[in-house]
Amino acid sequence: VDVQLLIDIFPQVLLDGIILGFMYALIALGYTMVYGVLEFINFAHSEIFVVGAFVGVEILLALQAQGILEGLPWPVVLVLVLAAGMAASGGLAVLIERTAYRPLRGAPRLIPLISAIGVSFFLQDLIRLVESLWRNAFNLVYPTIEPLNVRFELTQTLDVSVKSLVVIVAALLMLWALHVLVNRTRIGKAIRAVAEDQAAASLMGINVNRMISLTFLIGGAMGGAAGVLFGVQYGLINPYTGFIPGLKAFTAAVLGGIGNMPGAMIGGLVLGLLEAFAASYMSLLTHGAFGAEYKDIFAFSMLILILIFRPKGLLGEVVRERA
Amino acid sequence: VIAQAALAIVGVAASTWTVWAFPRSILAFLLFQASLLVVYLVRVPRWLRVALGVLALGFIMPGIGTVNGYYLEVATQVGIFVALALGLNIVVGLAGLLDLGYVAFFAVGAYSWAIFGSPQGNVVFGGGFPLAGWWFFVFLVVGLLVAAGTGVLLGLPVLRLRGDYLAIVTLGFGEVIRVLANNLDKPINLTNGPKGITPIARPPLPEFLSYPLYLYFLVLAIVVVVILVNRRLEASHIGRAWEAIREDELAAQAMGVPLVRLKLLAFACGASFAGVMGVLFAAKQVFINPESFTFLESIGVLAMVILGGMGSIPGAIMGASVVTVLNLQVLKGLSLWLNELRNAGTVILGYNLANLPTQLEPAKYERMVFGVILVLMMIFRPEGILPVRRRQLEAFHDGDAGGPVLDAPGAAGGGAR
Repeated sequence: VDVQLLIDIFPQVLLDGIILGFMYALIALGYTMVYGVLEFINFAHSEIFVVGAFVGVEILLALQAQGILEGLPWPVVLVLVLAAGMAASGGLAVLIERTAYRPLRGAPRLIPLISAIGVSFFLQDLIRLVESLWRNAFNLVYPTIEPLNVRFELTQTLDVSVKSLVVIVAALLMLWALHVLVNRTRIGKAIRAVAEDQAAASLMGINVNRMISLTFLIGGAMGGAAGVLFGVQYGLINPYTGFIPGLKAFTAAVLGGIGNMPGAMIGGLVLGLLEAFAASYMSLLTHGAFGAEYKDIFAFSMLILILIFRPKGLLGEVVRERA
Repeated sequence: VIAQAALAIVGVAASTWTVWAFPRSILAFLLFQASLLVVYLVRVPRWLRVALGVLALGFIMPGIGTVNGYYLEVATQVGIFVALALGLNIVVGLAGLLDLGYVAFFAVGAYSWAIFGSPQGNVVFGGGFPLAGWWFFVFLVVGLLVAAGTGVLLGLPVLRLRGDYLAIVTLGFGEVIRVLANNLDKPINLTNGPKGITPIARPPLPEFLSYPLYLYFLVLAIVVVVILVNRRLEASHIGRAWEAIREDELAAQAMGVPLVRLKLLAFACGASFAGVMGVLFAAKQVFINPESFTFLESIGVLAMVILGGMGSIPGAIMGASVVTVLNLQVLKGLSLWLNELRNAGTVILGYNLANLPTQLEPAKYERMVFGVILVLMMIFRPEGILPVRRRQLEAFHDGDAGGPVLDAPGAAGGGAR
C-alpha cells in the first residue's frame, strides 16, 4: 500500500466528503422534519429533490437561450435559481401532502408509506413525461457558469472550485436559517409542539393541519435547494437521479436519529465523509478488488446495522411509539 | 345458475373465436383474459369452473400461442408474475411485513441456476460446466432452498424492526443484492457483472413440444402448485397465526404465537416462491443480467398484490395478470400505435403527430402505472379489487371498526423491545 498516496489524497477526499455530506444533510432534513411531525417516511422526498434540480436547470437553460446567462452576475443567477427551486419543491411537497397523505392520516403506518412510494414513482415518470414533451430529452446537463468553475490550487494535491465553496456556504446559510426558524420563532415553536403532541397542540389553539403543511413546505424547500446545488455541483440530472441520494439521505436521517434536526445534519456529514473515504480508499487498500462501486453497499449496510444496533441513531432521539 | 354457467361458457367460447379471427388484435386477447375473470366471478358449480379453467389455460391458450407466439410469451410472463405476487402476498398480505426488496430473492434463484447452468460455472469452479439440462429440475429445489435461506438470513436480524423501518431495510437489501450482482465480476468472477450470464441451459425438451409451449406449461404447473400451497397455508394454523401477527402483534404474542419464528417462516416462504421462479426465469430468458432485478420490479410486484387485495389469493393472481398485461401489451401497443401515427404524419385537431417528441414512449412509463395504482388503491380501496371475503365483511372503510390492515399502530413496539 502506497502510504504517501493515501496521505496525499486525504484533503481532497475530505473536501468531497464534506460537500456530499451537506447535500445529504439538506435532503435528510426533509425526511426528519416530516418524520418528526407525522412519524411517516416521506418516500417521495427524493422526487421533491429532483423537481428542484429540474426547475433549476430549466431556468438556467431559459436564461441561456435568451443569451443573458453570461451577462448576469453569478450570485444573482444562483439566488434566483435557488429561490425558484425551493419554491417549486416546497409547493410540490405541500400539494403531495394534501392529495396523497392527508386522506390517509390515522390509517395504519404502512398505508401512507405505500402511497408515498406510489407518489414517488408517479413523479419520476411525470417529470420524464413533461421533459420529453418539452425538450424531447430527459437527461439534462446544467449549463456551466464560468466563474463557478474557477479552481484555486491550495496545495499540490488539493484544489477547491468556487462552486464547492458556494455549495458549502449556501448549505450552511440554509441550515442556519432553518435553525433560527424552528428554534427562535413562534411558528417554529408551533411546529415543535405539533411534533410533540398533536392533540395537545391543537388544544393550545395551534392549527395542526397548517403546521403540517408548513413542515412539508420547509422540508420540501430544503430538498429543492439541495436539488439545485446537486445540479450545480455534479451537472447531470435525470428524473431518476433522486432515488439513491434520497435513500442515502434517509440513511443519514436515521444515522443522526430520525426526527432530530441537528441529528440529520450530523448524520449527513458523517455519511458523506464515510462514503467519500470508502469510495476512494477502499479500492486503494484492497488493490482494486473492491472499488468505488461498493460505496452504495457501504451506505445501505450502515443503514441496516444502525437500525439493528442503534435504532435511535447517534444523537439518540427517543422515537415515540404511537400507542 | 344456468344463466351464469351459460355466460361463462359463452364468454370463453366467444373470446376464443375472437382471438382466432383476429390473431393480431390486442383487444381480442384482452377479451380472452377477461373471459377467464368471468369464469372466476360467476356462481357456477366448482367442477364447471375448474373444467373451464383447465380448458382455457391448458388447451385454448397453447392453441392461441401457436397462432400468435407473442401471446404465449405474455401468458408465460403473467404466470411468472402470478407466482411472484403470490409469494409476496404471503409476506405483505398475510404476515403484514412490507418487503420492498422482494426481487432480490428472485435474483438469487435466477443466479443460482445461471451460474451452474452456463459456462460461467467454469470461470468460478473450473471445468465441468454447464450442467446438463436435466439438472434444471434439481435446481428448482436448489433455487427454492437458497432463496429461502437468504430470506432467513435477512430476516433474522431485521425482523425485530418496526414496519416502516423493515420496509426501508428490505429496500436496501434489494439494492445490495443488485449492486453485488453488478460488481462481482472481480475479485472473483461470480456473476460476470453488468454483462450478465449467457447462454443458460434449458431443461431437455420433450419431442412433441416447442420451447415456448414447454416453458408455458412448466410455468403453469408451478403456478398451480404455488396456488395450492398458498391455499393450504392460508387455511392452516400457520396462516392464521400470520394474520394474527398482521392484525396485532402484541395480541398475537400474548396468545402464544412465536413472533420471530413465524415471521421468518413468512419471509422464507415468500422468498422460496421467488427463488423457484428465478430458476425458471433464468432458463426461459437464456440470458440474465442485473437489470432484470431492480427496485422497479419489486415495486411492480407490490403493486400487483395491492391492486388485487392484500392477503387475497385470487386478488394476487388478478393483480399480476392485469399489471403484466398492462405493461406488456397495453403500453407497448400504445407505443406502437403512436409510432405508426407519428410516421404516417397523422393530423389530430390541427396538430401534426409527426412533430410528436420521439422520447415520448408509453412503453417506458411503467413507473407511472405502478405509482397511480399504489396511490389510488391506498386512498380509495385499500382492501383491493378482489378482497378477502372476511375483510369485505369487516368493511374497514368506516374508521376503526374493521381494524387495521398492516402493522397496526400500537402493535408496532411488540417485537422491537
